[in-house]
Amino acid sequence: MSAPTYTLPPLPYAYDALEPHISAQIMELHHSKHHQTYITNLNAALKTQAEAVHASDITTQVSLQQGIRFNAGGHINHSLFWQNLAPASSGDAKSSAAPQLVKQIKATWGDEDKFRDAFKTALLGIQGSGWGWLVKVETGNEQRLTIVTTKDQDPVVGKGEVPIFGVDMWEHAYYLQYLNGKAAYVENIWNVINWKTAEDRYLGTRADAFKLLKASI
Amino acid sequence: MNSTLLRTTALRSALRASAPTAATRAGLAGTTFVRGKATLPDLPYDYGALEPSISGAIMELHHKNHHNTYVTSFNTFSEQIAEAKAKEDITAQIALQPLLNFHGGGHVNHTLFWENLAPTAQGGGEPPSGALAKAINDSYGSLDAFQTKFNAALAGVQGSGWAWLVQDTQTGSVGIKTYANQDPVVGQFRPILGIDAWEHAYYLQYQNRKAEYFKAIWNVINWKAAEKRFQ
Repeated sequence: MSAPTYTLPPLPYAYDALEPHISAQIMELHHSKHHQTYITNLNAALKTQAEAVHASDITTQVSLQQGIRFNAGGHINHSLFWQNLAPASSGDAKSSAAPQLVKQIKATWGDEDKFRDAFKTALLGIQGSGWGWLVKVETGNEQRLTIVTTKDQDPVVGKGEVPIFGVDMWEHAYYLQYLNGKAAYVENIWNVINWKTAEDRYLGTRADAFKLLKASI
Repeated sequence: MNSTLLRTTALRSALRASAPTAATRAGLAGTTFVRGKATLPDLPYDYGALEPSISGAIMELHHKNHHNTYVTSFNTFSEQIAEAKAKEDITAQIALQPLLNFHGGGHVNHTLFWENLAPTAQGGGEPPSGALAKAINDSYGSLDAFQTKFNAALAGVQGSGWAWLVQDTQTGSVGIKTYANQDPVVGQFRPILGIDAWEHAYYLQYQNRKAEYFKAIWNVINWKAAEKRFQ
């Protein structure tokens, strides 16, 4: 009845490395508590699922689906999120670190500012908890960029979808610092977007983007 | 000020509009619209009055900022929907429905929530009595067993939302239901008692330890308000 056990991936920077845009207190709670809780609950659900599979207990398997989706989504989303942030002082936090991606952003939205406005509007339009993502969608030989929002911890895992970067719009992602002023959070997060990671995901495949999840088993 | 809030029924107070003219009452359920503007109701106690269960900082932000944003947004979208109606623009009216549900729901939910909380000095945490106490005991065995189930429902909210003790208007029985985001308790069920499980309701004080918030809030639950909603 073995099931994979996922572990919390280490942050690629210190908790205070994103200050002043995201406080160290937020980062520490967000990573060591919230993300860890998704992993703990995911592992528990997967263990129960493995036992249910072994016991041919299909009703238990089905009843576990939503919890697995929620907690696995939380693990996937946060793992991608940490990697698509970088300290503001880093060269990776400049959009010049993503020449190919920026080219397609301009082709899609006209210019970078229009894209950021559209992304910001999408983020602020989320009702309740959720995420906003820039996504590359591959259909056949064609690919396009799109902004999507997802509710709660629904992950971007649709056919042909490669998440380029995401912004967490759960209140726990900003509340201790920004309180109800989420527009300021959405404005400031641009200072710490890791465009190098975004470029890599844009040029890579879906399997590349999700590689780090395998590493966290 | 608390008497005004408590005198009205739950639904009426949730919809309380401040318009000076009389023709402003409208049904709930979003089928008709209040022509006057919704306004932020006063809290029936001070911001710090629910400490230590809920901090004054949380109460102030929650009431003055979060609730007020729902009120102003609800008014904005109500006006837009009235304009769309005047222009007979059906698609615009439909497009505005989710916004009306979200912000109107936020206004209704918070209005009911403030009323169903009370400082311990004003009866907060005192167990229910009468018909409501009996209904809870009949369904759950005891108040403790009910609270355990209610807290499990709160903990099970995935994302933002609320848990409510509701009364089924068809059968009269009570039950626990969770609602996503700001979906209000309308239709078949009547809201009796609600607890806000959005992170903004507890994060400044409890951070990720939401189970502690769910435990502590029972010390400031105003069962008297719940009893008045129960029929």
